[in-house]
Amino acid sequence: MGTVTEIVIDLAATGVRTLNAALHEAADGESFQVLHPQGAHNVAVGITREVSVEVDGHVGYFAAGMHQRGDVTINGNAGPGVAENMMSGRVHVTGDVSQSAGATAVGGLLVVDGSTGARCGIALRGADIVVGGDVGHVTGFMAQAGRIVICGDAGDALGDSIYEARIYVRGSVASLGADCIEKPMRPEHLTELAELLAAAGRTESPDEFRRYGSARKLYHFDHDNEY
Amino acid sequence: MCGIAALQIKDPALRDRLGDLLHGMLCEVVDRGPDSAGISVYDDETLTASGSATVSLLGVTVTPDELHAATAAELPAGTELTVRGMGDTTLVNADVPVADLVHALRKAAPDARQIGRGTHVATLKGVGNPVELADEFGLVSRSGTQGVSHTRMATESAVTASGSHPFTVDDDLCLVHNGSFSNHATIRRTLRAQGVEFDSDNDSEVAARYLAVRLRAGDDLETALEHLKEEFDGFYTLVVTTKDGLAVVRDPIACKPAVIAETDQWVAMASEYRALAGLPGIENARLFEPAPGKVYTWAL
Repeated sequence: MGTVTEIVIDLAATGVRTLNAALHEAADGESFQVLHPQGAHNVAVGITREVSVEVDGHVGYFAAGMHQRGDVTINGNAGPGVAENMMSGRVHVTGDVSQSAGATAVGGLLVVDGSTGARCGIALRGADIVVGGDVGHVTGFMAQAGRIVICGDAGDALGDSIYEARIYVRGSVASLGADCIEKPMRPEHLTELAELLAAAGRTESPDEFRRYGSARKLYHFDHDNEY
Repeated sequence: MCGIAALQIKDPALRDRLGDLLHGMLCEVVDRGPDSAGISVYDDETLTASGSATVSLLGVTVTPDELHAATAAELPAGTELTVRGMGDTTLVNADVPVADLVHALRKAAPDARQIGRGTHVATLKGVGNPVELADEFGLVSRSGTQGVSHTRMATESAVTASGSHPFTVDDDLCLVHNGSFSNHATIRRTLRAQGVEFDSDNDSEVAARYLAVRLRAGDDLETALEHLKEEFDGFYTLVVTTKDGLAVVRDPIACKPAVIAETDQWVAMASEYRALAGLPGIENARLFEPAPGKVYTWAL
């Protein structure tokens, strides 16, 4: 095994643009450690190289947004829109995150060890999100594709106006949103949930979860659909 | 978008640093609202000598000396009176009841707008960069029990000093708002019918006036805010302060951001974590986002 050299970037000294430029020009296989983020916005966004980034501290808006390759670990909390529009790769937050986590994300895996604010996975388009704690209201709003795994409780209006994303909840659900229903756990769901939990490093058992998804009453045109 | 930074000091040993800490918080939310700003500080001895009335004015067209003379003529002989110009704001102190000073200043400066009143709080507002306003206020060197600052990106009404927050519409009552109310015109009409007067077309002022009416009617702050939640429609994160404490509430949809940090020494609320990052002991603070629709209060 060769020694992996870690590149250390102190945001207190360099600022976010320098960090992101370095990440965009990095060679595959490089590792970065980011210090003193102090709640800065746009930390480690748009990464297209196979790098490993570790951020020590809390970050602000849109951390790891548009993530495409490699993995980003935030040892702390993240503000609104973490991993928004992620394409692939992996983003891991060890603390809590604010609202709109993983918004519109197309692919990849977002892992939150703590809890999220409102609208987690809003307009999700294919990514997977695993939350160790609770999620806020209107999680999975209009989510088209992908999976959302919630090991804790879900807030009000879970899966409101959901399309074809699948939601797994271990704890309680405060209320379901429009057109979201509980669905049976078939063997293929237990299998994919086991894979997602394992990928996120979780120890919960798949048979402790319930599955939610679209009743498909709302998004097909129907002249009887009325407000 | 607006920025809010509020801080309540629990540990008396830290009161001397209130202004310094609030200044650090304010600097981090400037780009959320760079057009105008306001700051309120509670219990700074040099701004609000204990027991004396303090009134803040905007739009004073005479010199501080001239205002001093005109105001003194409206107050009992021998009243201790100070008039200080601080940027757009003029701060007046007198050892008379607040209502008497308010009345005297209406006569002495009929065209000026009264933007703050009380015996504990001093409010300063201005147009322009919030950090320059903080410098005019001498914020860094202020002490006190609590303070709130707001950086505004105007949406519902014009960029003016009077449209800046906090709205300090009754004795020692301040309100700052990030968001917009959609039914403020209706509530304003209802309040006007009850005899309430307004200073601006601002939607946030309506919330402040509403709270003032409820508090005068005997509500405590938490009850008044529960009523506000029922009456007001729109987006809001609010911080409300009185001489007795500080409250935070977000609307049930909770689009507008808020982060709270609390230690044994202080409790702070800001639009973003970065405004809290410089507070002493932040690494061990209890850090959370206020839940939608829940009223949080901290007594002084």
